[in-house]
Amino acid sequence: MIISVASGKGGTGKTTVAVNLALLLAQEPSRKVQFLDCDVEEPNAHLFLKPEIRSSESVTIPVPEIDREKCTCCGKCAEICAYNALAVLKEEVMVFEQLCHGCGGCALLCPEEAIREREREVGVLEVGTAGAIDFVHGRLNIGEAMPVPLIRAVKRRIVPEALTIIDVPPGTSCPVVESVKGSDYTLLVTEPTPFGLHDLKLAASVTRELGIRSGVIINRADLGDQRVREYCEEEAVPILGEIPYDHNLARLYSTGAVVLDQGREYLEVFGGIWDSVRADSGIESLVSSG
Amino acid sequence: MKQLTIISGKGGTGKTILTASFAVLAKSKVMADCDVDAADLHLVLHPTVMETHEFEEGERAVIDRELCSECGRCREVCRFEAISQDFIVDPVSCEGCWVCHYACPENAIRMEKNICGEWYVSETRYGPMVHARLGIAEENSGKLVTLVKQKAGELASDQNLELILIDGPPGIGCPVISSLAGVDLALVVTEPTISGTHDLERVIGVADHFRVRSAAVINRYDINPEISGEIERWCDKKGVPVLGKIPFDKIVTEAVVAGTPVVEYSQNSVSAEIESIWRGVVRLLAIEHTSAGQDNNEP
Repeated sequence: MIISVASGKGGTGKTTVAVNLALLLAQEPSRKVQFLDCDVEEPNAHLFLKPEIRSSESVTIPVPEIDREKCTCCGKCAEICAYNALAVLKEEVMVFEQLCHGCGGCALLCPEEAIREREREVGVLEVGTAGAIDFVHGRLNIGEAMPVPLIRAVKRRIVPEALTIIDVPPGTSCPVVESVKGSDYTLLVTEPTPFGLHDLKLAASVTRELGIRSGVIINRADLGDQRVREYCEEEAVPILGEIPYDHNLARLYSTGAVVLDQGREYLEVFGGIWDSVRADSGIESLVSSG
Repeated sequence: MKQLTIISGKGGTGKTILTASFAVLAKSKVMADCDVDAADLHLVLHPTVMETHEFEEGERAVIDRELCSECGRCREVCRFEAISQDFIVDPVSCEGCWVCHYACPENAIRMEKNICGEWYVSETRYGPMVHARLGIAEENSGKLVTLVKQKAGELASDQNLELILIDGPPGIGCPVISSLAGVDLALVVTEPTISGTHDLERVIGVADHFRVRSAAVINRYDINPEISGEIERWCDKKGVPVLGKIPFDKIVTEAVVAGTPVVEYSQNSVSAEIESIWRGVVRLLAIEHTSAGQDNNEP
């Protein structure tokens, strides 16, 4: 069972919701919970879950390496490269590794078999545990342009028998799609402002395009207006829960404190959200109730 | 002509809110909304679209089932798991590398141009604006960012405008890198939280990597004055000037709901601080101060 937490707009509370939901669900001893932080550009979940990292591995993509002895500078590789990652000069071929998508086309099609591939690191995958939760995240190297190969590496660690919570990056383009793809359900966290609404509609288009059922959580629910609620009613998008703005909560969040630990009322907020997710996603029969 | 990009690392720190207020305060400028996959600046600046253009970039593979012999070679060579067992290309997974097209022994795979979004040249009360909408689930956001900046640059050149004011995306990946290319200053909006500081360090790392000068603003600083102080000390050590610290105030949300830049919505401690930050930007960029209607406290 895979539940992703997305938003479109940054800063609405995805990580807060994902982390606290995972902690709530992990309280049920018969349930195996996995947490995947797919925001590999700016991973934050580890700041709250504070996992003990047990392994760290380099994540690479294959990039071309030209054998200058065999290369005739025929130009075929640059011709076929869809990303302008190769430039063929009179006496040599230049490789712009940052542009390379690792498609393998140049190596496959070089008439002189002069291209090998070598693995270039784009980031690091870390795996560990936070209490009863299995934790995985990726950290993109500074200066790297493409998060998608690292997100794929994080998602390859999904354990099918577990309940997996995925923290998704902000936005609506390929990193978000890669993170959300294959989820059974997506929580869309928003705020009741024009920015929240605009980006929620974009995020909802992504889940719809991918055929994934989703529901909305309105964070800082009393700071804004009614247009998000009206949109959800008109489009029959379920509102799974509302979290009111709370200055105390904001301060707790700022320190890396886990909201769930701070009092009964927060336990109830997230308990309520989980009950709504269960009801709307129809997973009652798949997951043991807690 | 100078270029200012407003970025953050962490999402939701207040980039767009600040950009919108700068649009009021800056004298001679064009706005560029480079947060192409979740563009919000138009919700505050209310542009009238004058030109709409298609953004076409890259291709997607399409298999002609009549010609396909189902040999499976395409599935073997595809590195992106984009071709299903019944030989249908998933356009969401396809990265347009053309390898299947070249590898297919039946010539059954054609590459179709991919229209991934639109870009617009608009007029606002505050001056011209270039913005865009990336299609849902598209790639090439970095290329669209580059295009928006380029078009804004052309406009600035044509109209003799002094500044390209760029609302940047969150994160550190290719859209952010594209939004930083060739700019004179990256203004990083952060917040006094451990997430904010973690992400600030990474995004300043990116600005440094690409040799772009940076400055910082701490938004909602009074949520945690201790962490705010830590940020100031870190920035000081790194030689990143902190141009201001904006207090938390619900009036900012009210202004967003009203679709109005904060400095126009009301005069209070938030707008005063934004105006002070703007004066800091003017000094760093050596551009002309403020448009009509604001107090000119110093050149």
